[in-house]
Amino acid sequence: MSAVGAARAAGTGHAPTVARVPGPGAGPYPGTRPVYVTGIGVAAPNGLGLEHYWEAVLAGRSGVVPITRFDTSRYPARLAGQIEDFDASEHLPSRLLPQTDVSTRLALAAADWAIADAGVDPSTTADYDMGVVTSNGCGGFEFTHREFKKLWSVGPQAVSVYESFAWFYAVNTGQISIRNGMRGPSSALVAEQAGGLDALGHAQRTVRRGTPLVVTGGVDSAFDPWGWVSHLSSGRISHATDPEHAYLPFDAAARGYVPGEGGAILVVEDPAAARARGASRVYGEIAGYASTFDPAPEGVRGELPARPGRPPGLRRAAEQALAQAGLAPQDVDVVFADAAGVRDLDRAEATAIRELFGAHRVPVTAPKALIGRLYAGGGPLDVATALLAIRDGVIPASGASADVPADYGIDLVTKGPREARVACALVLARGRWGFNSAVVVREATI
Amino acid sequence: MTNAITMTLDDLHRILAACGGASEDWPAGKDVHDHPFEELGYDSLALMEAAAHIENEYGVQVPDEVIPQLTCPRDVLDLVNGSAARTA
Amino acid sequence: MTRRVVITGIGIRAPGGKGAKEFWSTLTSGRTATRRITFFDPSPYRSQVAAEADFDPVIEGLTAPETDRMDRATQFAVVCAREAVRDSGLELGGLDPYRVGVGLGSAVAAATSLEREYLALSGRGRDWEMDPARLSPHMFDYMAPSVMAAEVAWTVGAEGPVAMVSNGCTSGLDSVGHAVQLIREGSADVMVAGACDTPITPIVVACFDAIKATTPRNDAPEQASRPFDGSRNGFVLAEGAAMFVLEEYDSARRRDAHIYAEVTGYATRSNAFHMTGLKPDGREMAEAIRVALDESRADVTAVDYINAHGSGTKQNDRHETAAFKRSLGQHAYETPVSSIKSMVGHSLGAIGSVEIAASLLAIEHNVVPPTANLHTGDPECDLDYVPLTAREHRVNTVLTVGSGFGGFQSAMVLRSLQEVS
Repeated sequence: MSAVGAARAAGTGHAPTVARVPGPGAGPYPGTRPVYVTGIGVAAPNGLGLEHYWEAVLAGRSGVVPITRFDTSRYPARLAGQIEDFDASEHLPSRLLPQTDVSTRLALAAADWAIADAGVDPSTTADYDMGVVTSNGCGGFEFTHREFKKLWSVGPQAVSVYESFAWFYAVNTGQISIRNGMRGPSSALVAEQAGGLDALGHAQRTVRRGTPLVVTGGVDSAFDPWGWVSHLSSGRISHATDPEHAYLPFDAAARGYVPGEGGAILVVEDPAAARARGASRVYGEIAGYASTFDPAPEGVRGELPARPGRPPGLRRAAEQALAQAGLAPQDVDVVFADAAGVRDLDRAEATAIRELFGAHRVPVTAPKALIGRLYAGGGPLDVATALLAIRDGVIPASGASADVPADYGIDLVTKGPREARVACALVLARGRWGFNSAVVVREATI
Repeated sequence: MTNAITMTLDDLHRILAACGGASEDWPAGKDVHDHPFEELGYDSLALMEAAAHIENEYGVQVPDEVIPQLTCPRDVLDLVNGSAARTA
Repeated sequence: MTRRVVITGIGIRAPGGKGAKEFWSTLTSGRTATRRITFFDPSPYRSQVAAEADFDPVIEGLTAPETDRMDRATQFAVVCAREAVRDSGLELGGLDPYRVGVGLGSAVAAATSLEREYLALSGRGRDWEMDPARLSPHMFDYMAPSVMAAEVAWTVGAEGPVAMVSNGCTSGLDSVGHAVQLIREGSADVMVAGACDTPITPIVVACFDAIKATTPRNDAPEQASRPFDGSRNGFVLAEGAAMFVLEEYDSARRRDAHIYAEVTGYATRSNAFHMTGLKPDGREMAEAIRVALDESRADVTAVDYINAHGSGTKQNDRHETAAFKRSLGQHAYETPVSSIKSMVGHSLGAIGSVEIAASLLAIEHNVVPPTANLHTGDPECDLDYVPLTAREHRVNTVLTVGSGFGGFQSAMVLRSLQEVS
């Protein structure tokens, strides 16, 4: 009996009868087995909930606002993609409030919405058949700031019993697992803005290795004064004062990015398991995923002599993700770009896209221009947006970005949504210091 | 020194709600003196946090080894009020 | 075709000695590395002891700019990565960088630097608002610490998949398990993987004080870490790191590498019960063990040694003992079990990798390290915990496990090559 079979025999729920993938044995697992997205929960600065968010994106409504959580007068940047209409007590049991950072509250709510959207009842699914894989870029930062403050202004005895886990990067995975009784393989990955796609990739791997359902994605928030100066220290934050034009990825006037909060949580499933439980809708398939790393920057001393001239790894991540999906560049209908909003980085990404697809050969978009960069939440939210583009046959625009330098050679979707049949989308993300991740999603039917 | 403050069930409820969040499992208007904390929605962490508050507010030390033995509200009230009585 | 994954290099910094040789000497002598905390004045804290490592970045060969930008935990990881690569004999320059990846685990990441910067920015905790004039250019990377994995990748020239796995106290097992999966599936041929944590800093000490998870046995530090002992009353916080070179088996054989062991099985499950609490029945850890053994195609009786999580908290040691019995049945009673945390403490996310190192060396030397400070029995912990002194014992197959906040329960099976073939 396979281990999974043994788990089933010892099982604690009504297990669906599912054609098993060849066990979690020591061999490589089928690289092409489809993994479906069956539920999405979104918490974004311009919309709570999937449809509110999508409506705002198509209408070009921005979630970038002057920060209201604290007095920003002493800081050189004051705009953020801030979620203003989330009252955690409306969405979560009050007992979870003292022990959770705002990022975890958003993650738990988004997970609830994703699970409800998928029509899954976790209480009737075998516990080991459900895993949780999330990404977290910053941890429960505001929560931990409060506890640092208590420690140093009052004393050790003032530190909360919840600090030991409300802060750490695994908190969202753990809390989602507990809230929903999910005991399958679970993990938390950290790779700044690339980490959210890594979580989706690892969720895909986890399903292919034999866990029928994985709740995955990422959420971040760090909008307390300490979190804010931490953002500023990256040197990439826009100091603009006009919310509409603060974050202009790929625009000649790009001047840095605006940090945002929130993200997306997705339910991904083995198609046979989804069918067996009677799932009626699928948003699409996570068909390919890859991650690569850039060469060491100049001046960093490794064990190897410097290897100048090696290209960054973003294009290679895209190529490998497409290869895993069994697709070629011409199959891609839209690219959701990482869209750093920093000129050098924009240029590097434009170059990777242009060289892979040919100049102006594929629509490129960056709806995150409306909400800022969400770190671990950014990639999963872009994937959610790509799946909606597939569903509705429309590519959202890139906020207020308009003036794309000609030598970028990309067809950036600007000035409003573009109707187009979208069967396949490539989503890109880069994490600070060299992380590159790519996910390919394509249409699927249950 | 006389410690005249007596802790009531409502006081404890208030402290627990502050430390562990308001509980949906705490039945209103019922005598829950002997209900296990777990059934009332409070786990060991909430009790540890409450113990620290009780030390501050009532001046009653709750030793580490005693906390696991506090299984229901009556245990806590006996400890706090009994201790207060002894102090008096 | 099945791709098999072997470990060919070890780099380790743990309390009680640097490098695999000193580490093993500490473990087999049964010496404990716990002392009264020296990094700051611990007197206001409930738990005032820890297993500190004597780590000198200058002696370790780190340059001033490296020491300046890297958190202490990152320094440990980079030093260990260099040592692991040297130990493996791998010629990095001869590898395709696209086929080399990194898996780095850490639970609290840049905690030490966060606290230092917090004090500078807040006027030592006086202000909620921060003083931008005191802002370090590295602050972002202490908040969003994936730079730690990047530093390791730069050290070894990796341009393949680079991941930071942060699953609390199972990070050290899960980062290596993650690396194994990547090699098996063909995403990489070589992974430099392991974990680091340097949590001996006031905020971390205070947060474990609050939940009384660490021991208050301050009067006798060397006796403070007492896994499985009837008088245990919490774990001893520690720091450390261990990094490994993992390779696809055939290529390791082709280059005639020294192979410590094959990673034949790995699994993780969650208890979905409580962020810090454990149910006494050990069900989910037992399931992780079952799956890891199943993946190894090994019968339970193949297990020669169990390298336990053995943190020394009341609930952990009971939980874990139940998990061993539940998964191994009668064989649990016949197998030596030990906790090296009795000697090197609990370095949170790092410890799973430190324990993998101990497991590899147990295989290498056919010696089981002891559980120090184990004098009094506990009726709920009734297995053979190898008290006080190391034991010569044929060790071909090791089961090593971890348990972490968030409910993570992980298990890994390591086997010597003669046992597998």
